[in-house]
Amino acid sequence: MARFCRRAGVPARAGMHPQQEEAERSRMTQHQPAIDLSPRTSDEIRKTTCYMCACRCGINVHMKDGKVAYIEGNRDHPVNQGVLCAKGSSGIMQVNAPSRLRAPLKRVGPRGSGQFEEISWEEALTLATDWLAPIRAEAPEKLAFFTGRDQSQSFTSFWAQAFGTPNYAAHGGFCSVNMAAGGIYTMGGAFWEFGQPDWDHAKLFMLFGVAEDHDSNPIKMGLGKLKARGAKVIGVNPIRSGYNAVADEWIGITPGTDGLFILSLVHCLLKAGKIDLEYLTWYTDAPCLVNCDESSDEYGLILRDEEGRALVWDRIERRPRCYDKPDVCPDLGGTWVNEGIEHRSVFQFMVERYLSEDYAPEAVAERCGIPAGKIRAIANELARVAFEEAFEIQQEWTDFRGKKHKVMKGRPVAMHAMRGISAHANGFQTCRALHTLQILLGTVEVPGGFRFKPPYPKPVEAHPTPHCKSQPGHPLDGPHLGFVRGPEHLALKEDGTPARIDKAFSWENPMSAHGLMHMVISNAHAGDPYKIDTLFMYMANMSWNSSMNTKGVMEMLTDKGEDGEYLIPRIIYSDAYSSEMVAYADLVLPDTTYLERHDCISLLDRPICEADGAADAIRWPVVEPDRDVRGFQSVLCDLGARLGLPGFVNEDGSQKYADYGDYITNHIRRPGIGPLFGWRKGEDGSEQPGRGAPNPEQLQRYIDNGGFHLQHVPDAARYYKPWNMDYQDWAVKMGFYDVPHPYLFTLYCEPMRKFQLAAEGHGERQPPEHLRARIKATMDPLPIWWDTVEENRGAEFPVHALTQRPMAMYHSWGSQNAWLRQIHGRNPLYVPTKIWEENGFAEGDWARVTSPHGEIVVPVAHMAALNENTVWTWNAIGKRKGAWALEEDAPEATKGFLLNHLIHELLPEKGDGLRWSNSDPITGQAAWFDLRVRIEKAPAPDPAESQPAFGPIASPVGHGPKVNRQKVG
Amino acid sequence: MTALPDSTDKKLGLVIDLDTCVGCHACVTACKGWNTQNYGAPLADMDAYGAEPVGSFLNRVHAFEVQPEAGAAQTIHFPKSCLHCDDAPCVTVCPTGASYKRVEDGIVLVNEDACMGCGLCAWACPYGARELDQDAGVMKKCTLCVDRIYNETLPEEDRVPACVRTCPAGARHFGDFADPESNVSKLTAERGGMALMPEQGTQPVNRYLPPRPKDTMEEVDVLAPLLKPVAEEPKGFLGWLDKALEKL
Repeated sequence: MARFCRRAGVPARAGMHPQQEEAERSRMTQHQPAIDLSPRTSDEIRKTTCYMCACRCGINVHMKDGKVAYIEGNRDHPVNQGVLCAKGSSGIMQVNAPSRLRAPLKRVGPRGSGQFEEISWEEALTLATDWLAPIRAEAPEKLAFFTGRDQSQSFTSFWAQAFGTPNYAAHGGFCSVNMAAGGIYTMGGAFWEFGQPDWDHAKLFMLFGVAEDHDSNPIKMGLGKLKARGAKVIGVNPIRSGYNAVADEWIGITPGTDGLFILSLVHCLLKAGKIDLEYLTWYTDAPCLVNCDESSDEYGLILRDEEGRALVWDRIERRPRCYDKPDVCPDLGGTWVNEGIEHRSVFQFMVERYLSEDYAPEAVAERCGIPAGKIRAIANELARVAFEEAFEIQQEWTDFRGKKHKVMKGRPVAMHAMRGISAHANGFQTCRALHTLQILLGTVEVPGGFRFKPPYPKPVEAHPTPHCKSQPGHPLDGPHLGFVRGPEHLALKEDGTPARIDKAFSWENPMSAHGLMHMVISNAHAGDPYKIDTLFMYMANMSWNSSMNTKGVMEMLTDKGEDGEYLIPRIIYSDAYSSEMVAYADLVLPDTTYLERHDCISLLDRPICEADGAADAIRWPVVEPDRDVRGFQSVLCDLGARLGLPGFVNEDGSQKYADYGDYITNHIRRPGIGPLFGWRKGEDGSEQPGRGAPNPEQLQRYIDNGGFHLQHVPDAARYYKPWNMDYQDWAVKMGFYDVPHPYLFTLYCEPMRKFQLAAEGHGERQPPEHLRARIKATMDPLPIWWDTVEENRGAEFPVHALTQRPMAMYHSWGSQNAWLRQIHGRNPLYVPTKIWEENGFAEGDWARVTSPHGEIVVPVAHMAALNENTVWTWNAIGKRKGAWALEEDAPEATKGFLLNHLIHELLPEKGDGLRWSNSDPITGQAAWFDLRVRIEKAPAPDPAESQPAFGPIASPVGHGPKVNRQKVG
Repeated sequence: MTALPDSTDKKLGLVIDLDTCVGCHACVTACKGWNTQNYGAPLADMDAYGAEPVGSFLNRVHAFEVQPEAGAAQTIHFPKSCLHCDDAPCVTVCPTGASYKRVEDGIVLVNEDACMGCGLCAWACPYGARELDQDAGVMKKCTLCVDRIYNETLPEEDRVPACVRTCPAGARHFGDFADPESNVSKLTAERGGMALMPEQGTQPVNRYLPPRPKDTMEEVDVLAPLLKPVAEEPKGFLGWLDKALEKL
């Protein structure tokens, strides 16, 4: 071992002789106290799954004297491999948070006051049953059941289906449904939970609309890998924070123009022929033939054989043939004229559209806020890395046409995107445009590119369609949410009106795969399309940061009709914490914290797999609650039995699942398939992954294995999954689907064309007249971009206003904890240099921010690394006085604010007598990021509190302690 | 006045990669979690749920903006904790001998039993790396997780500071700067690791790897080498396509 050598140039301490120094050293050494270098960290480590955000990392919970002493990442876990983010390490403050609810609550004051009395669980469940049983018997649709950041959607949707209401969804509609649905409809999978960049091989990584979140640790770990190799990162984001701060190139794009920028890149690459022709030929619908006869009922549809399989033009046989024939030779430029009807390849439509000078860099530069030369430079770099740094992995595999390949060809360009590009009214088409760019470069499911995570890829055809037929006393006719293939799958009643309270899958937003949680309260309040009786919500802060038009929503929740009754008659809410929404409930069902409960992170739901492995996980009660609270899912097992819901009772009417843990173990979704895929029982009684009977020891097996189960993807199945029979066969064995399901990527989204056809007058189901033109314009089967500025009155409101969650709080339900609030306890409005100087702002100033919908007065701060026409703030730092057990003078409750007050669920009036929804006309995704504002200096309010300020709500849990001293044992 | 050792056997410390740090604060709360539970008094939070919450942290992440003369402004995330200086003024200023630098490994520690909370050390530290715990009245600072790195109850791979173990981006590295072959010495040499404010003469041990140059992509015109058009119009393009497909 090398020894320390005192370096030259370090001065000896003044006034000390060497002998004195030696003496001092001796004294010091003698006084160096003995310390315990090996203290015992814990009595026991319990391994479970984090729930401080949606990442679901594995954690080691160190226990001392029966209490949680320390939380760290689990090194064996596939998601985080030992690391843990700021939230995860602060979980201990969540488990002990003073904001935890303590017992069921019944409202005793007016709604919104926060006045409750504690009641017993028996009383609470009897009350809920008394409210819900008549609804189910008479009109199940009068229950609207929506969950927020919950991750048990395969269970909660099963419950809602058994109840029989069509009104169920989770929070995807106001989060990032465009990214999810855009991915599924284009390539049978999406970013984040369904896929990831190939961090180990990518040499160029392009990140759109993500600075801090989605997902948390895996992106940071991946960036770390790229940085360690010196790979290049391009960040496209109006705000240079977080991941964009470490990007080698920052493109501070103008919000809402990502689609235009991406299509300009497509233009450049196409024009230069820098596209992967082989990939397009063999793995995509680019060679599929499209009907070009304007008078035909099938105009614009893909030519298919009698069995419905797509046809391509065969270059050798000179005739249309099925795309999957072993010896087919698809022609990207194919044309076939049959009986006077011309059919041309999808690729020809793409060439005609994207070669247009409308997409030339010079034509889009000003609108996107990116110099034309920079757009070309990026296109050039994409082409260089994709084609000049292409490489091969020596791995044989067999494609679905039966062809054997000696190697896996790689193109090391990876991309990732999230809410920043999707939460716009043009977001779905923008997400499709991004996937089109990836596919043209041949970088999806190849080494170095973007990779799917099992159980994805899964084409639209392998997903359910939406179901909405409810009848008294019966379950719904199928799963609520799904992927429509055309107008025939819309959720409409016989009279053509929307069947769902949120109007999902209606002509207003036909492909709303995640529902529209953000429209539930306003529609229920308006009785449009019908009135409901009970609003039942879980982990959804609708009276605060999870709603547009927050003040309006608070009023809707408390408005009464002429009869003196609330317009939304009953509200049941479940939450673990004293959030703002609690005050608006009539009955509160207190949930547990994440360390006190069972959960399953299921392959049937939102999985935690990695590209190289299928995985699922559990939570289990590593500590018992010290309050009279119950896990919400266990409560649903009880409530389901009390209501006699099929699937929740035995034949004799008794309760089927004692609790959620029992459900996780014993529920059977399809033969051999349950919520967890590890350690199922084989026919011979042995334990096996994938398919099998329920195993009473299953949860214990998960606990013994660190809380998760992992099955590695076989080597020959690691890439090219949609077309790779090694993968397809393995996926069937694991139970992801029942038969192999190879498919082509769909650059041309035929379901969209079917809606256009309807708008053009074809077919039985016809859109209302006022929507016809919009459907025709927006449901283009090839990605388009349109400007959303005019409908947001951009001329009068010249500034973009955005929000994002900080990394240390992203997706974090209980982020209001003692440690994290010291990191992010304030959220000024960040203002770029140009606007800062124009307004003569100084630190400490306040600004009035006005949108077409409302105004706020808030503190400002300068930020230079920001698009010059954009202001932004951290979302959900601001809290309502009285919520979250904070003191009423906490900065979150005084200075903190929400941009939500400026955003309405409807667009400003256009003068056509109609109010149009502020969401994507295709999916209904809430268009948060289309917000436009004016900003001006304002005097500081007196008292100096952000406006609007709301009165305090009574806290059902009091306030937290003055001093927090965390130490156990 | 407390003396420093003339030399230490090892020089343990951190390399922090500013090109990779995304400013996520994971190191901040992992540090808080480990150290409130272990060495000395808990890291208390005063007014924890009130108007001015102030807690003791041994490690904090600061964010700065840099506006180059030309080009876009940049954001730098800058984690900061005790740098375990060779010539640590916080030690020499200590009137009770509570602050000391370990002769074995150079870690600067506070013996809380001997600390009277006078705060002189925090005043002497040019980096602002010490915080007085207002509840216990003792000085708190980074211990380099001295109770982890030699801890025989932990698996060997976990014997690193909590901040290093948790860092999701891998931007933090722990090792012995006295060993030229160590990971931290090599990283410092390869990436031009810098001392923080060397002009203060404190001889800090920790090193920062500077951000790589940013926004260097040159704008290109239509003659970019790889973007030469194969055709201007769709018809011409399909001609090119036909020839290209023939070659496949």
